[in-house]
Amino acid sequence: MAAVKIASPPEPGLFARLANSQTFLGYAFILPSLIGFVVFFAVPAVSSLFISFTEWNLLTDAEYVGLQNYETLFADDRFWRALQITLTYVLWNIPIQTVLAIGIALIMDKLSNSPLLRGLLILPWLMPNVVVAMLFVWLLDPTLGIINIFLQNIGIGRQGFFGDPNQAIASVAGVNIWRHMGYTAILIFAGLKTIPKSLYEAARVDGANGLVQFLRITLPLLRPVLVFVLVTTVIGSFQIFDTIAVATEGGPAGATRTIIVYIYEQVFERRINMGLATAACVVLFLILITVTIIQTRFLRANQSDLAEYS
Amino acid sequence: MASLSQTKVRTAAASEEAQHINWGNLLLWIGVGFLIFITLFPFYWVVRTALSEPNSVYAYASDFLPHDATTFNFERVLGMIDPASLVGQQATNLSAGTINFWVYLRNSFVVAGLITIGQTLFSSMAAYAFARLKFPFRDQIFFLYLTGLMIPGIVLFIPNFVLIRQLGWIGTIQGIVAPTILMTPFAVFFMRQFFLSLNKDLEEAALLDGTTAFGVFWRISLPLMRGPLLTMGVLTFIGAWNEYLWPFLVGRDESVRVLTVALNVFKSQTPQGAPDWAGLMAGTVVSIVPTILLFLFFGRRVVDSIQFSGFK
Repeated sequence: MAAVKIASPPEPGLFARLANSQTFLGYAFILPSLIGFVVFFAVPAVSSLFISFTEWNLLTDAEYVGLQNYETLFADDRFWRALQITLTYVLWNIPIQTVLAIGIALIMDKLSNSPLLRGLLILPWLMPNVVVAMLFVWLLDPTLGIINIFLQNIGIGRQGFFGDPNQAIASVAGVNIWRHMGYTAILIFAGLKTIPKSLYEAARVDGANGLVQFLRITLPLLRPVLVFVLVTTVIGSFQIFDTIAVATEGGPAGATRTIIVYIYEQVFERRINMGLATAACVVLFLILITVTIIQTRFLRANQSDLAEYS
Repeated sequence: MASLSQTKVRTAAASEEAQHINWGNLLLWIGVGFLIFITLFPFYWVVRTALSEPNSVYAYASDFLPHDATTFNFERVLGMIDPASLVGQQATNLSAGTINFWVYLRNSFVVAGLITIGQTLFSSMAAYAFARLKFPFRDQIFFLYLTGLMIPGIVLFIPNFVLIRQLGWIGTIQGIVAPTILMTPFAVFFMRQFFLSLNKDLEEAALLDGTTAFGVFWRISLPLMRGPLLTMGVLTFIGAWNEYLWPFLVGRDESVRVLTVALNVFKSQTPQGAPDWAGLMAGTVVSIVPTILLFLFFGRRVVDSIQFSGFK
């Protein structure tokens, strides 16, 4: 009986067949996202490249000019200065933020990983960049800012912070370190949890002190998480904009004109120059790709030292 | 005797260790306390300033508590006080560009809400397909999405701005939400990781029992995904709520202005010499409140998902 049933199943209707077709369902499920991807990600990315070879002010038709935009860009002192400022920002931001985050993660690992503490640490990261910038514009205000009042009271004296060309970019970096260190610490803390405690016990038996344990066990085994953290934070760091838009607007005297501020100015503030703006975008993209490749190579992202122990 | 001295030695060692740990830990706890202070103080200072009488912000800049505590600034920012009545007062530094906060708040909710629903739904559908269904070119398409992760936002903003402009969508809600309402590569990637980590046994058993592929999705996978969907939703909402540059480029008109943009416009409108700090900080507090509420309800989920994302 059963064999007969299997041999002659009822002819399924079209709907039933579609409901059972992985190919049909697969394409049906990815269709909306594919439209979004093609229209707002793939096509714009490619057209950015094309626009960078044209002279275009949005009002008249784009005109092919070859590499002229790139020549103009590389001859523009402001562009080189923007690159230099961006790099300065990244070098202030990333090392301090990462070291602090590792420290916080180690403390959490040793003392407490209560949800309350983790919640507190993540709080600044949840705030919009604009809000965080606003907050610090107030805290660091030259005359009324409580931090400056404090600095004066302890004898260090008032600082210009956002208003001082020599301190502005470091101040912006400080604000973003404040916003991101807890978030980064939580990522690193999750990485710490994957390290087997038995390794530390074995090391202790062998007489290794805390520092040696940290250098020989913790850091090497944290590498996969550190790579993830560094790659994402560095990419984000190169694209700093919101904080600057609120706190300094690129000033004082162009001291915080980073690469994104430079690009923004080409499109929305100066004579509209789409070609030059997109050329700078392409250069930024190439820089990010290069930095990412160097980081993953240098830190051997795909290998885990944990495999050697298990 | 032997056992007694052993005990003594052990106790001494133990107390020595206890003391040692206490000193080290005390130092670390001080560090934690400092960290919490650094994290919370700016928030406190904003609230303190927002509650101060506007002129006292200048006269009593370092008072720890708000001077002449008042809700006046919040009323002002939320438009509960007629701006005309402010002009008569001697406080010349009060910003008048404060009136439409309810509109901005509504816009932020509409924009973040639409993006959250659309992006979470469509990205999750795609992620499910990539994680569980077999169809031609699946891996190639997914790889394309992954390359999208690498592209800096500004590279996309300029052509997208041109497209939105050609569509006539500058200054509209659809212009603000369009680029991210269908997907972001990150959302698809993140959700796919979630789905890959779900146990497959139930789904396979159901398939063997003759359930259709759609039936498996609808009756088995979907209920299991409620947690990940909620997590993605919360993260998307916070991201959309915090977005600044794109809504600033496309939605500067007051009718569609979102809170982040409004806050910066508000700042640039306050008098240069003597900014309206009390009003500004009240606006800041108002724009933080929804995120804080969301975080109080879903905080643990957000933290866990951040940790989860660190491994992929």
